[in-house]
Amino acid sequence: MEKFTVHKGLVVPLDRANVDTDAIIPKQFLKSIKRSGFGPNLFDAWRYLDVGEPGKPNEGRPLNPDFVLNKPQFRGASILLARENFGCGSSREHAPWALADYGFRAVIAPSYADIFFNNCFQNGLLPIVLKASEVDRLFNDVAVNLGFQLVIDLGEQTAAYADGSATFKFDVDGFRKYCLLNGLDDIGLTLRHADKIKAFEDKRKLEQPWLF
Amino acid sequence: MTMMQTLYDKLWQNHAVYTEDDGMTALYIDRHLVHEVTSPQAFEGLKLAGRKPWRIGSIVATADHNTPTDHWEEGIKDPISRIQVETLDANIKAVGAKAYFPFKDLRQGIVHVIGPENGATLPGMTVVCGDSHTSTHGAFGCLAFGIGTSEVEHVMATQTLLAKKMKNMLVSVDGPIPAGVTAKDITLAVIGRIGTAGGTGYTIEFGGSAIRALSMEGRMTLCNMAIEAGARAGMVAVDQTTIDYLKGRPFAPSGEAWDRAVAYWRTLTSDPGAKFDRTVTIDAASIRPQVTWGTSPEMVVTIDDRVPDPDKEKDATKRDGMERALEYMGLEPNMPITEIRIDKVFIGSCTNSRIEDLRAAAVVVRGKRIAKSVKLALVVPGSGLIKVQAEKEGLDRIFTDAGFEWREPGCSMCLAMNADRLEPGERCASTSNRNFEGRQGAGGRTHLVSPAMAAAAAIAGHFVDVRQWR
Ligand code: SF4
Repeated sequence: MEKFTVHKGLVVPLDRANVDTDAIIPKQFLKSIKRSGFGPNLFDAWRYLDVGEPGKPNEGRPLNPDFVLNKPQFRGASILLARENFGCGSSREHAPWALADYGFRAVIAPSYADIFFNNCFQNGLLPIVLKASEVDRLFNDVAVNLGFQLVIDLGEQTAAYADGSATFKFDVDGFRKYCLLNGLDDIGLTLRHADKIKAFEDKRKLEQPWLF
Repeated sequence: MTMMQTLYDKLWQNHAVYTEDDGMTALYIDRHLVHEVTSPQAFEGLKLAGRKPWRIGSIVATADHNTPTDHWEEGIKDPISRIQVETLDANIKAVGAKAYFPFKDLRQGIVHVIGPENGATLPGMTVVCGDSHTSTHGAFGCLAFGIGTSEVEHVMATQTLLAKKMKNMLVSVDGPIPAGVTAKDITLAVIGRIGTAGGTGYTIEFGGSAIRALSMEGRMTLCNMAIEAGARAGMVAVDQTTIDYLKGRPFAPSGEAWDRAVAYWRTLTSDPGAKFDRTVTIDAASIRPQVTWGTSPEMVVTIDDRVPDPDKEKDATKRDGMERALEYMGLEPNMPITEIRIDKVFIGSCTNSRIEDLRAAAVVVRGKRIAKSVKLALVVPGSGLIKVQAEKEGLDRIFTDAGFEWREPGCSMCLAMNADRLEPGERCASTSNRNFEGRQGAGGRTHLVSPAMAAAAAIAGHFVDVRQWR
């Protein structure tokens, strides 16, 4: 997994609440048995004017000029700004895979759906929760400042305006932070407790043998 | 005196292998349900890391999302879908499982249907699956929730899942359930009340006399949609209904083990006086048949209501959302719900494809014909076993005589990964659980309803109040 320490990047505003994972990556792309290659189909139904299909080349497809990701000033954005309950719906990890594959390193929103939130951390993508008032301010500032950038420092747990004019603090779970800062795979970490798991399992076999 | 515990507290405590200082806990996983869409990358990750599954006896697998629902003799025509299903076949063959119900197997079906009907979901278990509707299994007094593919791999490799404890919410529905109102209407009414993010960060226990009066099928419908209220897990305490349902199921214990199990299962209730962080109380008598009008399950009204008017909404983000939803759905504000005409009907999905759902729809349909304006009305049983049972009862004939198509089991038009889908602009009365944009096909418009309401809409060609059905 790619480490996340400090990231400076362009912010793109997606001004919608309850963006679901079906919208982030439509179901036809879930037929892939790989983890990569979902970026070109991120937000497919909103981004293109025709219907995308797996295997169909994306170059040359008609782009929806009104969709924010297609606006020239947001090319190369790596921080997605969104509204509440981002990532609701299906558990598909293809959603964070698509966001990461597109080039996003962080999402900022006032709240997330729980499964999506967890899935992000497994993929080097940092979901940041800010207060609704802070998110409002960011939407306003992105709208009036061309090329608006943020500097996200995971160690310090801050998201700061690139010109230094404002800094927001955010919370992050200690364990998730540790894994992300070090690019660690949590399976390896859990397996260090294999003895405990085994002992727990043995006890369970005695107490509830019908489960085995 | 010991602390009074909720059902969730008990299940959590019974599965916590170890807890870090910050509360991150490794939960032991008893049952791991696997399907073709969210597992290939996990199997591959495992192989690449040179790891073996911790306990293959915990795995129950099936192919459901991609499988066609007709012309089974022709196999899976879509080559990309076929590869995904064959990849699951190969992975299970290589790794092993307690049970695998492949494409065309008699016991194949939707992953959340086959677990309970085979007794592979038992009270007191932790049940996970790479699918958000795993919350369904909470109907059995389980801690059941959906996980992502990395977590699927984590569970395979370690038999545990890393999680932090959620808060406790009680949704209590009391009093007699009015005629024509089903578990689907209760769950939609709850979502309408608390919103799609209302349960975020919580585990919901459904309680109250109306819930206790529900069959296991109804409880599964209810818990299935806990995720649409934002809660990863929903649950119902164990009672006699739970125990009666499980008796004699293939993977349920028997003999002396059954007696021991039942004695334990009876403890799987919230202690009287246990503390919930939030309680929502609903009078069952106030619930009417529900119909969603928008592109989120919380955009729901009752059948005798009208499409809401965004001009009356003060919150700007909400108003934008409503306007966008109305435009997508092709609806006018203030239009009566009963005037919404439909093109297709889908009776199926892990929410409403069990035998009781099919019976409820058949009662409405018996002796009638679907409206001429309805292009396609599908009935897709949740599993092969349900299909056989329904055919034994003659339900298939009732549906086909009325002009419905009677299909093979699978997820089908719930998410349209196979050939069953809406065309752009088509409007569907659906018994599934998500009305998101494009969910049932790009540009398709979904209205979520109960099986009886979907059946009545198929006959009338528009939504009707099933309470007045004759
Ligand atoms: S029926 Fe629909 S919601 Fe249920 S598992 Fe299948 S696709 Fe998911």
